[in-house]
Amino acid sequence: MASSTMLSTGRSSPAAFMRNPQKLGPAAGRRGRDFFLNGKNFGRVRMAVAVNVSRFEGVSMAPPDPILGVSEAFTADTSDVKLNLGVGAYRTEELQPYVLNVVKKAENLMLERGENKEYLPIEGLAAFNKVTAELLFGADSPVIQEGRVATVQSLSGTGSLRLAAAFIQRYFPDAKVLISSPSWGNHKNIFNDARVPWAEYRYYDPRTVGLDFEGMLEDIEAAQDGSFILLHGCAHNPTGIDPTPEQWAKIADLIEQKNHIPFFDVAYQGFASGSLDEDASSVRTFASRGLELFVAQSYSKNLGLYSERIGAINVVSSSPDAAARVKSQLKRIARPMYSNPPVHGARIVANVVGDPNLFNEWKQEMELMAGRIKNVRQRLFDNLSEKDNNVKDWSFILKQIGMFSYTGLNKAQSDNMTDKWHVYMTKDGRISLAGLSLAKCEYLAEAIIDSFYKVS
Amino acid sequence: MASSMCRGIIGKGRRAAALGRSMSTASWWGHVEPAAKDPILGVTEAFLADPSPDKVNVGVGAYRDDNGKPVVLECVREAEKRIAGNLNMEYLPMGGSIKMIEESLKLAYGDDSELIKDKRIAAVQALSGTGACRLFADFQKRFLPDSQIYIPIPTWANHHNIWRDAHVPQRTFHYYHPETKGLDFAALMDDIKNAPNGSFFLLHACAHNPTGVDPSEDQWREISYQFKVKNHFPFFDMAYQGFASGDPERDAKAIRIFLEDGHMIGCAQSFAKNMGLYGQRAGCLSILCENEIQAVAVKSQLQQIARPMYSNPPVHGALLVSVILSDPVLKSLWLEEVKGMANRIIGMRNALRKNIENLGSNLSWEHITNQIGMFCYSGLKPEQVDRLTNDFHIYMTRNGRISMAGVTTGNVGYLANAIHEVSKAT
Repeated sequence: MASSTMLSTGRSSPAAFMRNPQKLGPAAGRRGRDFFLNGKNFGRVRMAVAVNVSRFEGVSMAPPDPILGVSEAFTADTSDVKLNLGVGAYRTEELQPYVLNVVKKAENLMLERGENKEYLPIEGLAAFNKVTAELLFGADSPVIQEGRVATVQSLSGTGSLRLAAAFIQRYFPDAKVLISSPSWGNHKNIFNDARVPWAEYRYYDPRTVGLDFEGMLEDIEAAQDGSFILLHGCAHNPTGIDPTPEQWAKIADLIEQKNHIPFFDVAYQGFASGSLDEDASSVRTFASRGLELFVAQSYSKNLGLYSERIGAINVVSSSPDAAARVKSQLKRIARPMYSNPPVHGARIVANVVGDPNLFNEWKQEMELMAGRIKNVRQRLFDNLSEKDNNVKDWSFILKQIGMFSYTGLNKAQSDNMTDKWHVYMTKDGRISLAGLSLAKCEYLAEAIIDSFYKVS
Repeated sequence: MASSMCRGIIGKGRRAAALGRSMSTASWWGHVEPAAKDPILGVTEAFLADPSPDKVNVGVGAYRDDNGKPVVLECVREAEKRIAGNLNMEYLPMGGSIKMIEESLKLAYGDDSELIKDKRIAAVQALSGTGACRLFADFQKRFLPDSQIYIPIPTWANHHNIWRDAHVPQRTFHYYHPETKGLDFAALMDDIKNAPNGSFFLLHACAHNPTGVDPSEDQWREISYQFKVKNHFPFFDMAYQGFASGDPERDAKAIRIFLEDGHMIGCAQSFAKNMGLYGQRAGCLSILCENEIQAVAVKSQLQQIARPMYSNPPVHGALLVSVILSDPVLKSLWLEEVKGMANRIIGMRNALRKNIENLGSNLSWEHITNQIGMFCYSGLKPEQVDRLTNDFHIYMTRNGRISMAGVTTGNVGYLANAIHEVSKAT
């Protein structure tokens, strides 16, 4: 090695360090002392340790995620009566996480078989891709029969949306995505990071705590032709408010008329009504009209596979050739993101959906989960109406569907829920009914009434 | 605009098609061309499609045993049993499994690293090596938007894709010396010196992919020193820790040298090869910061990048890694198995070289045993590789990279013969 010369670190010199020992933090200071005290001498290199300034000094703390941050706050709360209605993860009546029986069975099968852990192809497990598309569109759907769907396994709903967003950016650089107001918070992040411009369409009507259908149609109509319309296939997140079949038909008419491209986010198939087929009806309606469309799927909730990150992006095309080309380009986007998707969750889904017995068992478990949510809705409605002496109409709780309910509480009221009642929810007034037990409905009703009337 | 006109026409076509119940070929995706096949993964596809009984796959870098079969390590099987069926599958924190991250950092930075004790390392679980590199590239773009990345020639092809999709401009630096089939150290050092101060460099920590050519310890020290002079940022891609020499500590030597010299490195780790967890996508991205406060801030920003990409990482592989590394017995077993894999590869290197030499080749084949890790840069040209495939059903990437993991006592003779055939003077 060359002999010692004055090192230029380009950022700060030893002299600067001596003037400002605070600048570099306690660890650097400690090193400075070590240098003098313990006699270990790496010469100028040791000195350089003391003055090394990170390239990322200007990096500020990111804000906590509005949804996932709620669970963190909940965990830190020491109150006995605390209730976590934040993230949409299903809980049993005992408020325990739930691993579906079919999943345990599938995993045991997999364990016995001792399958290897080789890389999946970029597009994922073929067996999974087949069953997921069939589950969504129906095995006898023309789009499946004619090979017109490009399906790529991806990292749950988020990963599927991101692949599609990157594809849109690349092939439709002039297009905008229209997102419902409100929508799942991460939708905007996904399109932002993929550099796809977006705008909102009216959706939630606070006066009715229901759908602003007129506003929705107006905004979709006003958008430039060829926009992507992000739709929640069922169990809208965060409101729980879904269009009726008649309303879906009108939406489809308008989208066709404007040459828009429907982009469905299906995160709760089976979880909304309890029926897999019924919950897919909006998607199937659109597909049966011959429309080309995107569908992002997730198995986080309906198979309880949250942390396995299993989902798929499906692109319906007008021809098998187009589907093949689209699939190849989706793969090209995935490769520099994560190379190929994780295998474990895919195998579970393929095993459950591909085996008639397990599939039936799954349908039953799903009905139970969706049923529990419906029961909880009913109990909460009853408790609210009772405590409120039937002053306010709380029936929106019954009309909304799926895991979430938009309570209509504003930010201050939601804060009151947390600060006074130790009820954790997101600031937009969303509660996750999946985290509510029958036993706690009464307490929750009290909290809601208190927040609604006492706080403005 | 032409495109919206087109859409109008296409839309009409589609409406007509829908009404008439006949599928017109008009589509939104008319302008979407078929993507070129991935050069590496495409090789395996071609191999699988080949009916020849003699076929040999030395393409993708996935370890095979001496029978050419994929291997699930014993330590992994044991870990699988322990975690099967009983756990809940709740979302991991956005940054991934804390336990897995802890263990990964110990492996890379040293069990007793002060840096870990001082909490100076911002680290998140990532989607194997690819995911770790991509998170870093996106982070680099977001917080140092004017920076570029210097990438060695050659490198794993996907490195270029990753930094390109992250919109970080790329430069290259000399690395491989075709004449010696070794390291072009002089040119490498020149490139380091000539790069603007504070440049970002991508370094392979050990077992360079695709060449198998690693700097010596002395050379690493010189590189580190020059990096200090130039205030460059070293980003290490470590996909083969343990796989190169058989000893994970030894394979981390380059990183440790840089750490001793005070560099604040970035590091992508993968457990795909060394634990055989390929399809589980288990990896870790770490960035060494000045202090704990900064590390917390950097980690929070890495999570911000991950959230709109996949929300949180997959749990299964992470569990396997943490169970194995945190249990002394399993960890010992793992160390043995990793050594076994590395030794088999080293044995095959020796055998391949010997076989070719015994056939009377008058070319030099010492690079086969000089190079290290899973890959051997044979020096074969694309045309020669094509001959290997077409005439001998031997599958590899056209840059002449041989995955030694695909070589067995059963096929080494056949492979040697084929290589000799295509490389001997005509």
